Amino acid sequence: MTAVLTGRRPTRGAVRVEADTAGVEVVRRVRHRLRRRTVVVPLALLMFLLVMFCLALTVGDFPVSVQQVWLSLTGRGTRATDFIVHELRLPRAVIALAVGACFGLSGAIFQSMMRNPLASPDIIGITSGASAAAVIAILMLGLSGFAISAFAFAGALITALAIYLLAWKQGVAGYRLVLVGIGIAAMLGAIIDYLLTRAQIWDAQVALLWLTGSLNGASAAELRPLLLLMVIVVPLALWAGGALGGLQLGDDAATSIGVRVERSRLLLILIGVALASIATAAAGPVGFVAFVSGPIARRLTHGTGIALVPAALVGAAVVITADFVGQHLLPVQLPVGILTAAVGAPFLLYLLVRSNRIGHGG
Amino acid sequence: MSVTELPRLRAAPVEPVIRQRASSRTLGLLGCALAVAVLCFLNLAIGARVTPLGAVWDAIFHYDQADTDHLVIRELRLPRTILGVLVGAALGMAGAVMQGVTRNPLADPGILGVNAGASLLVVIGISAFGVTSILGYVWFAFAGAAVASVVVYSVAALGREGATPVKLALAGAALSAAFGAVTSAMLLLDQATFDQFRFWAVGSLSGRDMSIVVQIAPFLIAGCLLALCLGRVLNTLSLGEDVARGLGANVVLSRGVSAGAVVLLCGAATAACGPIGFVGLTIPHVARMIAGPDYRWVLPYSMVLAPILLLAADIIGRVVARPGELQVAIVTAFLGAPVFIALVRRKKLAEL
Repeated sequence: MTAVLTGRRPTRGAVRVEADTAGVEVVRRVRHRLRRRTVVVPLALLMFLLVMFCLALTVGDFPVSVQQVWLSLTGRGTRATDFIVHELRLPRAVIALAVGACFGLSGAIFQSMMRNPLASPDIIGITSGASAAAVIAILMLGLSGFAISAFAFAGALITALAIYLLAWKQGVAGYRLVLVGIGIAAMLGAIIDYLLTRAQIWDAQVALLWLTGSLNGASAAELRPLLLLMVIVVPLALWAGGALGGLQLGDDAATSIGVRVERSRLLLILIGVALASIATAAAGPVGFVAFVSGPIARRLTHGTGIALVPAALVGAAVVITADFVGQHLLPVQLPVGILTAAVGAPFLLYLLVRSNRIGHGG
Repeated sequence: MSVTELPRLRAAPVEPVIRQRASSRTLGLLGCALAVAVLCFLNLAIGARVTPLGAVWDAIFHYDQADTDHLVIRELRLPRTILGVLVGAALGMAGAVMQGVTRNPLADPGILGVNAGASLLVVIGISAFGVTSILGYVWFAFAGAAVASVVVYSVAALGREGATPVKLALAGAALSAAFGAVTSAMLLLDQATFDQFRFWAVGSLSGRDMSIVVQIAPFLIAGCLLALCLGRVLNTLSLGEDVARGLGANVVLSRGVSAGAVVLLCGAATAACGPIGFVGLTIPHVARMIAGPDYRWVLPYSMVLAPILLLAADIIGRVVARPGELQVAIVTAFLGAPVFIALVRRKKLAEL
């Protein structure tokens, strides 16, 4: 569209030139507005995250003021505030942000790569692998705590490997990968259902809590491996995301413009799986974040491209807001996995309804 | 060579090929229908105790109330067999219609919010109204399915473009998640309800008697008939909105009617058996691999292929865990997924 308006039209005569410069002016203004949005939206999201982070550190049964938090963070706090900030609230808030960002990135990568808004890691079987492994660990092996996370991590990786190998046939077509993923997810879901119906109700409820996704077990010990893995994987994701623009055109078109389709897809799958597994291991399969972040980010930025950074920020915002609501704003405490849907779904619906009215239909 | 000659030259060999394909498709369809009939008989014969096929025949056509075998077949196995056929056909067709309307290979009939709505109202029924029987769940589930899908469709249809495929998919997934959140919140807070609900949520054919079949069958049959008429409509919709409109199709009406068919089919099926996810999602793909992308064939093939999977799963579920049984949805996934993956690997895929 812009290429046509700004482009190489033969300019014959002064009238044509004038019309062209007017057109160029219009296009320039639109592009400027869009570019401004791609800067303003992430900044606004960052501000929101900062506010939520401060709230998460200060609000609670024992309120700690912002100054006290600051003193405590810089190593000058009292023993009580040190304990509350360093042991309880800081790990939880940071893990919420990290988990949200990981899920958001992972979902956006899969959705853009498959060119399908339904292709989040929940649907194509990767989180099912983590869930099945965790449910086996809880219900059959009687494990708890960090061991469940390790099981879930391994489960996700093995499942992803199995899906990739089963879908491999002189290269992996995106469509085949998704269908194989659905098949595997169905089998793993059946395992989970089977185990849930056979277990004692107490154990089953523990498993249900894990399957919902919860930050109750967030501890400082969990924080370090999570952040270490993220520091490695997130920059990789942003770097590899460059190929997504080409892949979105479809395999043939992408090949013809010089994208090495098979290699970039393998890389992106690896990274997407790694992100989803890290996050799932840390907090359980927090529902809906991976699915909702990409579409919300895309509608906020009004962009047509792949908004990986905004998607990560939206994911973090959804999780930390959901955790805050679940801990403090409701009469009963609810795990974060329930409220991510309660926070994210209405917002996405609002964006859908509103964007239709002004003509940016999905 | 003049241009006008070209069509005649091409048309000559194409015509018989099409006819040949059509006849082989009809044969395939008949073969599948035969397989359904055989599986029905097996389903009546095999259970905790195996009855000879002659007794099955007698139980249907020369019913003797004093005979225990006859009683078991008539009272226990006949309802679940009928239900297996109807629910299977319904889920298969609902999946095909949904994938056609949303033009998305990942859309299952639950994407309209049917399963999530049904689950939510069943949980409310259990916890607030103390419903304990399967018969009691049916109408709660049906109401939930209907309300949820109406809400999803209305949200997606707001605005001047109407319910575009992407908006339908996003709105459906979002609302399903929202309903699911309320459901899991209630389950986490109320252990007794969870204890009942977890058995409904698996999806099963057992424990359903003739009264449920009689109540649900009209919806399922009406839905199947409606869906069978949608072949042409879905073919047009699958060309994309602009082309469909250009060909003179009423896109809004087509989508509305298709969504109505899905609600009838999937809503009634979920009400009768609980959420069974795998069938609706994958059977249309298998049908497409066999019959090609023409929905006039995909729909009937889905209608006969899905009961084959469901009945076979039901039989196996009763054989492997004797004298107990495995719920049909669990076996469906375990039986169907490997076959499905093998098919996906072998066949060249027809994209939507």
